[in-house]
Amino acid sequence: MLIRRPDDIPSSDITPETVYQNRRAFVGTAGALALGGLIAPSALQAMRFDRGTVGLQENDKLTPEDDATSYNNYYEFGTGKDEPKEQAKDFRPMPWTVNVEGLVKKPRPYSFDELVGKLPVQDRVYRHRCVEAWSMVIPWQGVQLKDVIARCEPLPSVKFVEFTTLYDPRRMPGQARAVLPWPYKEALRLDEANNPLALLATGMYGKALPNQNGAPLKLVVPWKYGFKGIKAIVKIKFTDKMPNTTWNDANPSEYGFYANVNPLVDHPRWTQAKERRIGQFLKIPTLPFNGYASQVASLYSGMDLRKYY
Amino acid sequence: MRSMLARAEAPTRRLVRPALWLLVIVPSIVLVAQLLLDQLGAEPIEALQKASGEWTLRLLAASLAVTPLMRLTGWGWLVAQRRFLGLATFFWALGHLSVYIVLDQFFDWPEIVKDILKHLYITAGMLAFVLMIPLALTSTKWSIKRLGGKRWNQLHRLVYVSAIAGCVHYLWAVKKDREEPMLYAAVFVVLFALRFILRKPGPRSPRSVPPDASVTLPAA
Repeated sequence: MLIRRPDDIPSSDITPETVYQNRRAFVGTAGALALGGLIAPSALQAMRFDRGTVGLQENDKLTPEDDATSYNNYYEFGTGKDEPKEQAKDFRPMPWTVNVEGLVKKPRPYSFDELVGKLPVQDRVYRHRCVEAWSMVIPWQGVQLKDVIARCEPLPSVKFVEFTTLYDPRRMPGQARAVLPWPYKEALRLDEANNPLALLATGMYGKALPNQNGAPLKLVVPWKYGFKGIKAIVKIKFTDKMPNTTWNDANPSEYGFYANVNPLVDHPRWTQAKERRIGQFLKIPTLPFNGYASQVASLYSGMDLRKYY
Repeated sequence: MRSMLARAEAPTRRLVRPALWLLVIVPSIVLVAQLLLDQLGAEPIEALQKASGEWTLRLLAASLAVTPLMRLTGWGWLVAQRRFLGLATFFWALGHLSVYIVLDQFFDWPEIVKDILKHLYITAGMLAFVLMIPLALTSTKWSIKRLGGKRWNQLHRLVYVSAIAGCVHYLWAVKKDREEPMLYAAVFVVLFALRFILRKPGPRSPRSVPPDASVTLPAA
């Protein structure tokens, strides 16, 4: 697993991409450099994080940034994997407003900074498993979703959190076609959303989140299939009823509300037992909850995961 | 109209084979070059799968377009192009299957068998391919003579089943955006309709295709 104890995760600034790329060579000299005051504590922490104290699995090597930013499922910018990079290149995410609605103390629009500013910034290297049976390993930067939720002051009756993507066909040309019922919606149970693994990403590879990856704000829930990771979030709604979610609406027999990564429950049309890690040739076994079972399996104790896929 | 056709016939007949060779060779070279130069994106195996599958369908459509074209123009020599395109289709299908067995599954035979039995889009794809095998094997003049025109024609009607299975295979393989598979399916629907509209009148009536010395294969 990537994160042994969620509390260990360094709350640091964005780690420079070069630190990731040269991390192993860097580790050797890091101590001396740090003594010399030449290196930010955040970079040191990120290295320790990556080196094994928190631990990547043996075959978890960072996916090349170029792959993670050119192979995207983001139908708002086209259904081809290579389309979002091209079609989103003129998208301007800022200024950005997120409407916080529903069962909260004071529903209102939040500016991007009001919502995520001044919260501890997280560096997280997560496996990303797409429901199409490919996967990546991506270094995200962002804030814990639970911190954002606390900031929104939900009422005690809240059971679910619903997220909505921007709907603006002029800015998102893919929305001109009704491939999916727009706008894209996703949701989590409140306890899932409050799990320390759940992240609202604002960056990856030490840079601002690229447009094609969901700028400026994307949900990252690494134990679930990638389609749960809704992009370009403009609305967060707190509710006591299980919300509809886009893929579940589009094809309920193939995509469930929970969408937890589960090698034992096949997609009706293909197997989920294995996955191809982008950049590797041979497929590798898929892990229950994408390898994060120790952090999240308890959320689902007693549930029939074949039924609640 | 008639005279235009007549004037176009000789140059077309001269150029059609080199053009068809280009149609088959160029995409293969481009695809291999893209693979070797790492130009197929983050998931080259998926890109190869998609490209080889689409070329199979395109060439299958082209080979099914020959007979209607022959009926429209009366150019009987086109029948040899039909065999060329049919065999080209088979080799693209073989390439497509090889990508699946070698690159995608890497000879994981139990997994492949499970995939064929359990996942309907794979089942349909395998069916489309298997049905092409007897057609490729009996594509020689010797086979036609041996089988006799009538039986050969009957056998080669399997191509329609193969085409339908191929379209279904593509339709079921995509996650959500069915635009492209539907487009391919539409092309085949048009081709089938053309065959029906341009079908030969009754079995004993005069041939709609004028006799030509080079016509060695009976029209399907």
